[in-house]
Amino acid sequence: MKKIEAIIKPFKLDDVKQALNDIGLQGMTVTEVKGYGRQKGHKEIYRGAEYMVDFIPKIKIEIVVPADRLNETLETIRKSASTGKIGDGKIFVMSLEEVIRVRTGETGVEAI
Amino acid sequence: MIRKWLAMAAGLVLLPGASAWGADAINSGDTSWVIVSTALVMMMTPAGLALFYSGMSRYKNLLNTFAMTLVAYCLASVIWVVWGYTLAFGPDHGGIIGGMNHLFLNGMDVNSVTGTIPTYVFVLFQLTFAGITVALVLGSIVDRMKFSSWIVFAALWITFIYCPVAHWVWGGGWMAKMGALDFAGGNVVHINAGVAGLMLALVLGKRKGYGREAMFPSSVALSALGAALLWFGWFGFNAGSALAANGVAGSAFLATNTSAAMAALAWMGAEWFIAKHPTVLGLASGVVAGLVAITPAAGFVNLQASLIIGLVAGVLGYFSVSKLKLKMGYDDSLDAFGVHGLCGIWGALATGLFASPAISGASGFFYGNPKQVGIQLVSIAATIAFTAVGTLMVVYITKWVTGGLRVPVEQEVEGLDSAVHGERAFEIG
Repeated sequence: MKKIEAIIKPFKLDDVKQALNDIGLQGMTVTEVKGYGRQKGHKEIYRGAEYMVDFIPKIKIEIVVPADRLNETLETIRKSASTGKIGDGKIFVMSLEEVIRVRTGETGVEAI
Repeated sequence: MIRKWLAMAAGLVLLPGASAWGADAINSGDTSWVIVSTALVMMMTPAGLALFYSGMSRYKNLLNTFAMTLVAYCLASVIWVVWGYTLAFGPDHGGIIGGMNHLFLNGMDVNSVTGTIPTYVFVLFQLTFAGITVALVLGSIVDRMKFSSWIVFAALWITFIYCPVAHWVWGGGWMAKMGALDFAGGNVVHINAGVAGLMLALVLGKRKGYGREAMFPSSVALSALGAALLWFGWFGFNAGSALAANGVAGSAFLATNTSAAMAALAWMGAEWFIAKHPTVLGLASGVVAGLVAITPAAGFVNLQASLIIGLVAGVLGYFSVSKLKLKMGYDDSLDAFGVHGLCGIWGALATGLFASPAISGASGFFYGNPKQVGIQLVSIAATIAFTAVGTLMVVYITKWVTGGLRVPVEQEVEGLDSAVHGERAFEIG
């Protein structure tokens, strides 16, 4: 099993969710986050006063998939989240030891 | 109509002499209008300015800004009737200051008359101007000044800065004798408050994080409502300054509304063109810039001049708050200097350019009286110089009396609403 954490542009959330639904993946956890990467912060001016925008608002999606569906999922997220411009985000993949469904006690792929 | 105005102006100059009272009869139309105007101008401070400023201050300092505005009006109300009025309008001493003859409004009663209105009404009308002027100053310094220091500063400033300048211009002092034109307070109110604000801001220093952190207004909607109330009240401020229900009042009303609208459009246009967004705060600030600039000119200029005065004020206001402030690096938090100081200077100068003899008898540059421009420049320079130096002295006395001017840095970060007042502007969630 793999856990995928994808940081994407907030306005792309609907597209990503729809694309994942379309390939039959159900369930995700979404968090509003702020951060910066190579895009870094930038200076803005409001009414004559400068300020730094260090952290840019993003959406973090967490999903868990069986290992054999990983590549297909990553490709779907990447395509649907991409605008081709700086700040499109990152996708992190990690191995997952265990999943337990709270209601039934099922474990492993069955519980995803 | 003009003769009546001139007689009124003469009456004002003579007013400190007790003999002037009772000489004229009370005119009920004039009295009604000035009473209504007084109420309109009163509303400008604890409602109009309080909302305009609080909406612009940060969410954690909204109530502190409200409190500072409200307390300024209360202080002015008490000081004015105890010693302020007599300093400004008491018998002239050397063109500099009024005598103490009317301490506690001594020497006047319900039958006293100033011009064609009861003296008590005149006292109250002038009181509301003192109130808003000192409150305007805080636009340069919100988010960081101790509440106690503000109270001491406001009391001293009304006494030692506002009263003398009001005396010079309206109380028969040297500026009035020199022939400076200031219909409703370009020098007395706006240049005075704007320059004082800048001085106080320079001594206080910038807000923590200024130039790095975003400092957004708590509510642009409140500011826009505040600007609308200021606009409404300003009809009393300017048209009321005719001190009569007459044609000059009507003309001042017309010039006031026109300049405000024109300046809002000009600010919006400049901002839209340069910064790509026609902001609501820009529109609201443009309204105020236009009102400020027309204030000294309102009862002296015609419609065409009011259009030009508003147009220039809107563009000047935009550039002063968005470009000049950035370049100079001072932290004029809510732009009291940028809007009131600079647009006030423009208005005082424009009065010397555009004063039309057809309105109130006074002529400016474009009506064959180039000398008026020089007189206006002297009055502007003198107000700036006196206010700058005088305010610095008041600031340092305040600092000594209250043991420092600034809130501790922890309070500044926490926000003054909770740290000072123990309250929050909004309970959300």
